[in-house]
Formats: sequence, structure tokens, C-alpha cells
Amino acid sequence: MVLLVTATLLAAQVALAQHGVPASTAAPLVAAASDLQFALDEIVRRFQGDTGIAPRITYGSSGNFARQIEQGAPFELFLSADESYVLRLAERRLTRGPGSLYAIGRLVLFVPHGSPLQPDPQLKHLAARLASGDAGRLAIANPEHAPYGRAAEQALRSLGLWEAARPKLLYGENVAQAAQFASSGNADGGIVAYSLALAPALRERGTFALLPEELHAPLRQRMVLLERASPAAARLYDYLRSPASREILRQHGFVLPEN
Amino acid sequence: MDWTALGLSLRLGLVTVVLLLPLSFLLARWLAFGRFRGRGLVEALVALPLILPPTVVGFYLLVAFGRSSPVGAAFESLFGEPLVFSFEGLVLASLLVNLPFAVQPMQNALAAIPPNVRDAARCCGLSPLQAVRHVELPLALPGIATGAVLTFAHTLGEFGVVLMVGGSIPGETRTISIAIYDRVQAFDEPAAGAMALLLLVIAVVALGITNTLARRAGRRD
Repeated sequence: MVLLVTATLLAAQVALAQHGVPASTAAPLVAAASDLQFALDEIVRRFQGDTGIAPRITYGSSGNFARQIEQGAPFELFLSADESYVLRLAERRLTRGPGSLYAIGRLVLFVPHGSPLQPDPQLKHLAARLASGDAGRLAIANPEHAPYGRAAEQALRSLGLWEAARPKLLYGENVAQAAQFASSGNADGGIVAYSLALAPALRERGTFALLPEELHAPLRQRMVLLERASPAAARLYDYLRSPASREILRQHGFVLPEN
Repeated sequence: MDWTALGLSLRLGLVTVVLLLPLSFLLARWLAFGRFRGRGLVEALVALPLILPPTVVGFYLLVAFGRSSPVGAAFESLFGEPLVFSFEGLVLASLLVNLPFAVQPMQNALAAIPPNVRDAARCCGLSPLQAVRHVELPLALPGIATGAVLTFAHTLGEFGVVLMVGGSIPGETRTISIAIYDRVQAFDEPAAGAMALLLLVIAVVALGITNTLARRAGRRD
């Protein structure tokens, strides 16, 4: 019994000990939209080389992050794929100001090698296959909480394909998962982020067509420092606005806003 | 291989086992020897995490321990950090979902102790505490060990609840099973594969240990 009590106390101490150090100063916690997966990894590698600060990044859907931040998740910097989430958090005074626009995202139809689907900007082949009933699964991000999913839905609606495509849709939790579904050959293709389609991991698995911007509301990607942001997080925020970082974003297929 | 995530999962598993075993032993003892109304109900509650979808458990944890709940608000005012999306929150969630894995093997082991053995202990003048220490604990040891192994292995594998209340924060709530999910989405299949294989090996070893323990316990009877 004594042993059990001692063990319990020990465990409690282990649990507390790891909490004692405020890790936030050393390694800022970043929540980033999953379309940034490759671009941000590259920027952060350089940032780490320049400053010695090693940010801890979690990728996911912007809507989920916004909810988690409202529920108290300890993120310091939030890079959303849609500015509405950032502005809503700002309204609730959970951020330091309204943040800044860092990129505008584009959509592609990505088609894996071996798929019967042909990628084209107006989704004509997809329309034909949907009309003839041959179409297989099409992956998009979940429109309910993933901005790229919403944009994909808008694009399909603009082309009058939404109702026909709906029974064929496969929803990823975020756009990276949708891209993963599309590239693994488990779907005929997917409407995903241009920034992901350009990444080597995807490029070697298939082909894609860039969709015209007019098909959907612009994916205005806004980032913001959150209430609890440390100086290290603020440095990363500034770094992301530097010409070098903007160039990396551009190379990864993002349109740069006029700043 | 995400070593931070592996380390975090191992720490979560150990903390869960060490905190849960004493609590579960008391609960298992009460259920094994106690004669009271509503025992069936308590047993059902203990077993609930076995059949309840992890997302349901996660949802209720968010409701019960979120910022706006009394418990969550009290924790936040005490420690200055919210309970959800923290390691402490994962420990709490882990204690709840592992309850049946710890309690049931211990309860079975204790219930298998013949009543005359416990009577003999009492006749020999052992106090209840001494009886626990010299009779019940040694006889229930295989059950306790099984509970510990199952709890540990199950903690490493827990996904749904952690996804709901954890938020995949590196070094804080990104456990190895969450890291596998993240690596797949990052098109990093080699890393996902390595971690998946590791969890597979741990699961096989855990089942091997529990089966051996069960056989040994059976042989002694």
C-alpha cells in the first residue's frame, strides 16, 4: 500500500515536472492551415537556421484551429487559410490585432497516374464522366471547416457540377488529407491546394490543372499572433512577412497580396 | 520516426498506469468483494469506455472540462492554463478511457480468490490492511500486471479521444498515434510506416505478456 501511494506521488511529480518549464519562449506553438505543409516547413527551416528558434507546428484545418483556439488551445501564431476565422478570433479579442494577409491560395484538380480522369481547368472531362455515370470518387476537404473544401464546393457549383458530383465526393478532414486521398489512387482525383500539388511528394504521383480564380471566392489567407504569443512567435510572424519568406510562398504556388 | 511523440506517449502511458492502478485496485476490490445494491450499474459504468465511441468520450470531455465548464474554469484559474489541449488533460482523459482495462482483470483476479483463503487470513488475526498486503495483492498480481500492460498498450494506441481533446501539439499532446495520422497527411509514409510497425510490435508483445500471465494464473489454481 505504501508502495502504491509512493508510486502515485511519483507519477504526479512526473506529470507536474514537465509542466514546470514554460516552453513557449523557446519553441513557439504554431497552428497552420494544412495547405502550408511544405512551404512553411521550408520557411521554418531557414528561420531556425537564422535565429536558432525551433517553432512547433501543427497542421490542420483552419476551422478546427479556430474552434480549438476559442476553447483555449495554447497556440501563439495562427496561419489560417481563410481570413474570416482570424477576423472572428480578433473580434473576440483572442488575438493581437487583425493580423495580416500573407497569401492567396489557388485550387487545382489533381489526378493521380493511372486514373481515367483527365485534368483540365474547366473540369470538362470530369463533367462528361459525371454525366455518363462513369465518374469515380473525387476528394475535397470538408467544406464545413476547411476553407479549401469550401472553395472546391464553390468551384463545382460555379461549373454547375455540384449536384452531380456530390454522391462521388470523398471528404478529407483538411486539404492535405484530401490531397492524400487523391494521390494514393483511392480516388479518381481531388480538388486541392495548388501549394500541395506543386510539392515533390504529389508531383511525382500525378498531374494537375490549375482552376481559374473566378470559380471561387478568393482564399485570402490571414495570419495573426494570438493573445499568448511570445517574443519568439512575434519574430516568426515578422520573418513570414520578409521578402525571403514571401518568395518561398510564391514558389509554392501562392499568390502574394500587395502589402 | 517522431521521437518526441514516442516519448510523450510513453510518458502518458506510464503516468496513466501509475495513477490508475491504485485507484483501480480499490475499485476492483470493492466490486469483487462488496455486496451492495447497484453493483451492476457501477460495473456497467466502468465498462462503458469499452463500447462508447472515443469521439463520444472526447465530446463529453470537451463539454465537461472545457473552458466554459466549472471544472475547466477552476483548473484554468488555478494553473493559468486550460485543461483541454494540455498534457494534464490527456492524462485525465486517459484515466477515464482506461478504467475498464485496469479494473476488469484485477476484479476477476480478486474474485477468483477462494473465500476460505480470505476467511483464513482473517482468522489468523491479519488486519484488513495486512490481508490486502499479504494475501490479496500477491494472489491478484497476475490480474494487476495484466491491467497495467493493457492500460499501457491501450494508452499508446488511443486516438479518437486524443484527437478530440488534444489538438496535436508537439511535445504536449501529439501522441504517437496522432503523429502517424499527421505523417500520412504530410505524405511521409516511411515515418508513418515505422511508427505503425512499432505500435504493432508493442501490441503483440503486450498481448503475449497478458496471455502468459493468464496461463500462469490458471496453472496455479
